[in-house]
Amino acid sequence: MSEVATGTFTPKPGGAPITQQVVAQALMEAKLMLRNGEQLLLAVVIPVMVLIGGVTAGNAIDLDLGTDRPLVDILTPGVLALAIMSTSFTSLAIATGFERRYGVIKRLGASPLPRIGLLAGKVLALGCVQLVQLFVIGAVGQILGWTPAAGFGTVLAFFLAIAMGTLAFASLGLFVAGVLRAEATLAAANLIYLLLLAGGAVVLPLTAYGAYGDVARWLPSGALGEAVRTAFLDGVPAWRDLGVLLIWAVLGSTLTARTFKWE
Amino acid sequence: MAYGDKTAVDGLTLSVAEGSITAVLGPNGAGKTTTLETCEGYRKPQQGTVRVLGLDPIADRKQLLPRIGVMLQGQGAWSGVRAMEMLKHIARLHAHPLDVDQLAERLGLGECGRTPYRRLSGGQQQRLGLAMALVGRPELVFVDEPTAGMDPQGRRTTWELLRELRADGVTVVLTTHYLEEAEELADQVHIIDRGRMIASGTPLELTRGGATATVRLVVTKPFPPGARESLRKALGEDTEVTLLDERSIRVTGKADPTTLAKVSRWCEENDVLPESLTLGRRSLEDVFLDLTGGLQLSEGIEHV
Repeated sequence: MSEVATGTFTPKPGGAPITQQVVAQALMEAKLMLRNGEQLLLAVVIPVMVLIGGVTAGNAIDLDLGTDRPLVDILTPGVLALAIMSTSFTSLAIATGFERRYGVIKRLGASPLPRIGLLAGKVLALGCVQLVQLFVIGAVGQILGWTPAAGFGTVLAFFLAIAMGTLAFASLGLFVAGVLRAEATLAAANLIYLLLLAGGAVVLPLTAYGAYGDVARWLPSGALGEAVRTAFLDGVPAWRDLGVLLIWAVLGSTLTARTFKWE
Repeated sequence: MAYGDKTAVDGLTLSVAEGSITAVLGPNGAGKTTTLETCEGYRKPQQGTVRVLGLDPIADRKQLLPRIGVMLQGQGAWSGVRAMEMLKHIARLHAHPLDVDQLAERLGLGECGRTPYRRLSGGQQQRLGLAMALVGRPELVFVDEPTAGMDPQGRRTTWELLRELRADGVTVVLTTHYLEEAEELADQVHIIDRGRMIASGTPLELTRGGATATVRLVVTKPFPPGARESLRKALGEDTEVTLLDERSIRVTGKADPTTLAKVSRWCEENDVLPESLTLGRRSLEDVFLDLTGGLQLSEGIEHV
């Protein structure tokens, strides 16, 4: 670093190493996301409330989900899936919509950070926020008596579910942010989130939906919910649901690649 | 360059010397930003070639971007990001950034470093935008209307900074619709209007009046009716008298030692009090008005 005096501005251009750029971008985005009250509400507060409320109320009314597993063991993975969905779809779509609006993406477009680096930074930022969510929701689940399946299989299966779920929802979120104006993105992303929360088989298992469950399992929310539940209940990857998420990811990426405008 | 069927920039040829300040001057909608954004690789020219530092802004974008600094016209930051956070972020994307604290101090951003971007004043946002363009130590900076919305103090600070950049070997290309800014700063001025270059040269070349002199008279109250004609009569047939607005007149023509005295006597006879009476070379504004054909085209032109 040099002094701000004569000769200060003598050109010495160059981009930072790409990994440094991506990490900087990811930390910046994660920080902004966690600092934003509405985003934090969506990412952490609502899932925790759903978990506590669901477990308490469910136990009080003796909710029957068609399995013999404790309710908390079913709801905690479901709420984790909800949290992944809220971050990778709703938060990402809203943030990107406003980045376009405020010219942030345009500004970064003139910096050394390439488009692919920006995208990588966004995915990494989602990962950071998801780590916070996992920690908080996992801790609340533990307090409520959650006992996940132990072992390497669980970790692998959960990792696959997060990865595929994030890919699917992030590509769909970017699609929404790319085609709609910022305010419309805000409205649409929240509405879709609420609809999927209520009828997407994300928090509650497919069995709770009766015949509709056969439809819901093809939704990205249903597939993600099942994949996370299978990981923590049975400790194995739910290949079929992961496959459904992959299809959504391909669909979302294709749509985004065709329609997304950076400005 | 065209947007839809509207041609924004057409047949523009201009080149920029290394280590100089070049001003692209023109009224609003003249195509200044389009020209700049084509150089920055944001837009692909439908015709013609653009080379920046010898590189194609679209094909060689990856090589070009680290070497240039860009100041956009407004915005370009997250609404919730703090001013210094944003500047530091851009600095981290570069290999040899300037010291951000000193740069911020230099641009008067010290006191608003923790202010979220959306609460910065227009001038502060502009200065942050300039800081973001400079922090990566570029060889070439494009600054789009750098002082729009700044107070006189901020404007002067910015001018000083741009001169210092030139002294340190940075090439500066700026757009402006402030005539005085171009006159004050630029080594080379390109005047464009409706997407076409209408004049270019150094400010001196552009304003050189040759043997003719220009007298500018500004008065405190609107001129009486028929002022133009009577002043012309008083000065003789060789002069041209133009009413610039209701309180200012420009006289061009052959000057002799009696010219000023004649104007001054005319004021006395017509009971008008001069606010200023200057004799000298044409200002860039005169050139601009001549070239764009009068006042109605120059509505976008403002005085500093």
